Amino acid sequence: MKLPQLYTGVAGSVLAAGERGQWEMHGEALLCEARGTMEIVYVYVKKRSEFGRPCNFSDRPAETSVDILPDPTLAAHFIERDPVDTGVQCASVMSEHEVNTERFEMEARGVNHVEGGWPKDVNALEMEQTIRFRKKVEKDENYINTIIHLGSLMEHCIKQNNAINIYEEYFEEEQLSEVEDEPPSAKTINVFRDPNAIKRTATHLSWHPDASRKLAVAYSCLEFQRSATDMSPDSYIWDLESPNKPDLVLKPSSPLVCLEYNPKDSHVLVGGCYNGQIAYWDTRKGGQPVELSTVELSHRDPVYGAIWLQSKTGTDCFSASTDGQVLWWDIRKLTEPTETLVMDISRKGLLENALGAVSLEFEPTMPTKFMVGTEQGMVITCNRKAKTPAEKIVGTYSGHHGPVYALARNPFYPKNFLTVGDWTARIWSEDSRESSIMWTKYHMSYLTSGCWSTIRPAVFFTTKMDGTLDVWDFLFKQNDPSLSLKVCDEPLFSLRLQDNGRFIGCGSQLGTVTLLEISSGLCTLQKNEKTLATAMFERETKREKILEARHREMRLKERARSEGKEEEAKEDGPSESPEELLARAQKEFFEIIDAERRRREQGSAKGPTTQEEDEEEGKEDLYKD
Amino acid sequence: MAEVEETLKRIQAHKGVIGTIVVNAEGIPIRTTLDNSTTVQYAGLLHQLTMKARSTVRDIDPQNDLTFLRIRSKKHEIMVAPDKEYLLIVIQNPCE
Repeated sequence: MKLPQLYTGVAGSVLAAGERGQWEMHGEALLCEARGTMEIVYVYVKKRSEFGRPCNFSDRPAETSVDILPDPTLAAHFIERDPVDTGVQCASVMSEHEVNTERFEMEARGVNHVEGGWPKDVNALEMEQTIRFRKKVEKDENYINTIIHLGSLMEHCIKQNNAINIYEEYFEEEQLSEVEDEPPSAKTINVFRDPNAIKRTATHLSWHPDASRKLAVAYSCLEFQRSATDMSPDSYIWDLESPNKPDLVLKPSSPLVCLEYNPKDSHVLVGGCYNGQIAYWDTRKGGQPVELSTVELSHRDPVYGAIWLQSKTGTDCFSASTDGQVLWWDIRKLTEPTETLVMDISRKGLLENALGAVSLEFEPTMPTKFMVGTEQGMVITCNRKAKTPAEKIVGTYSGHHGPVYALARNPFYPKNFLTVGDWTARIWSEDSRESSIMWTKYHMSYLTSGCWSTIRPAVFFTTKMDGTLDVWDFLFKQNDPSLSLKVCDEPLFSLRLQDNGRFIGCGSQLGTVTLLEISSGLCTLQKNEKTLATAMFERETKREKILEARHREMRLKERARSEGKEEEAKEDGPSESPEELLARAQKEFFEIIDAERRRREQGSAKGPTTQEEDEEEGKEDLYKD
Repeated sequence: MAEVEETLKRIQAHKGVIGTIVVNAEGIPIRTTLDNSTTVQYAGLLHQLTMKARSTVRDIDPQNDLTFLRIRSKKHEIMVAPDKEYLLIVIQNPCE
């Protein structure tokens, strides 16, 4: 039987491959290979009656089917490549693979060991029986001999221990004086994910006040009318060791926006709901709220902040909401607020004029004062103990272009406070009302939260919408953060530092709470740091005051000048027709534009100015406005 | 009888000694100078540990045997003197 042959027409000659295994053919088979202009067709014919017949292979000498002679014209087209480029890979070829291993669920279990090993006839709980058993053993000859023998052995060891402390540390102090000089860093310790299918934002975190082993997280969806109907309202208390299962599930009627441990009683937590209600929990009584405030007397908007007050009973707290109210509560009687204050800066107490509160600050060392950050970018300082409601609003600080998402007094210098809003974090001094004393650059993404370090006076943390956590050390540098860490891909939303200043919790928009440990350099007090920080805050406050005074002076001058002009304008006003006025205004306009353009050209010819000069110029421009 | 009392009293009188416990082969405390719950805990746990330590030593070399066990901890030192029938446990604060 004839078999098809394979052709490789390279130089022109065709090799017959001979018998090459089994081919089953049906009807006519065509095997052709076209390369370039060559086209070889080999027709294989088989009778229909022979289809399916078993093959009978046999040997035969190789034979030429086609002979294509070399074509000299083709050779003329051939161009030799010189030089020849060949790629060589020096490094070994690598590939990256990812494997998602099966998740390992862990669970904590305990076993309670009870006393045992007593002989069958002795009841371990019966005092009389155990004493009798012991007495019997003590009379035993073997026991006496053993104890005397062991006693001498033991005494030897006790004496050894008392003679010399073989583990004594001789150079303890020297080791302590060595200061580690490592670059700032942070590492992720644990990640707590929202266990629900519909993810909610981790809006507020609160550390357990004593053990710091637990973290309470409030979950809610803050996007207006975006929360799904079947979204879970639960919030959780996490044990830092077990990220798979929450330690306690708090079950409010409406999702919690804020949640705060009572610093005086770590079993009690207060929470502010999305619907404006205030609830409190006792962890010993389970996940259901102990008491809820009545809807009619609660906030009318989500409760953005709830803080415990330093009262003797430890049952007082206050809350703030975007409805513009600050309410005081006593959890022993949570049905109605004990006190109300409306955030109306015109001091009329009108709720329709009130500014919505999105952050709240209270410093226990200043029990009558508190501060509120508003949606309008203004910070309001208040005094709770003032006589009239109008006097309770002490002053305002404005400077942010958007809501003040975080507000925190410096733990070392309570006169200075940090605000986070729009694209910047700002540090203010209570004395300087007009503007902040220090600020970060404008970032590419929104800032969402911030707090001070509890250990170092000039260190603070900020979170951004791009999922990064920034650690700033204003004594070291002010242009850029000391450490910028990408915590997750989704926006970070909340931040809370543990009191020891070492562990930090970051809540994200999709409900993931990342626990980070920052390097020791960022949470140990440096030499002279306190004096340097004091000097820095004082210097900046002074600078801001000088600018303020100058600004006021310029404003007065401007007013005096404009008053003079007005008088002039009144004098020659009627003599000009509207057309003339328009022409004059147009002329003046173009003159100013030309002058500005010329000034710019000169400026660019001079070369770029340094950043600080730019800032100063910008500031002066602002004041001129 | 009196000799035993004297030995135990002498041990207890040494500097830094917090407690002395005698435990039998089943882990039952026979004599103690500590309170009941502490004694039961020490007796049960140290009995197990000593048995494990003894079997470790014997597994490595069958001719060998455990003669003494010292546990140095952050707060104090626990010393166990084992015998066929009884264990003598002493808790000492050596840095006093």
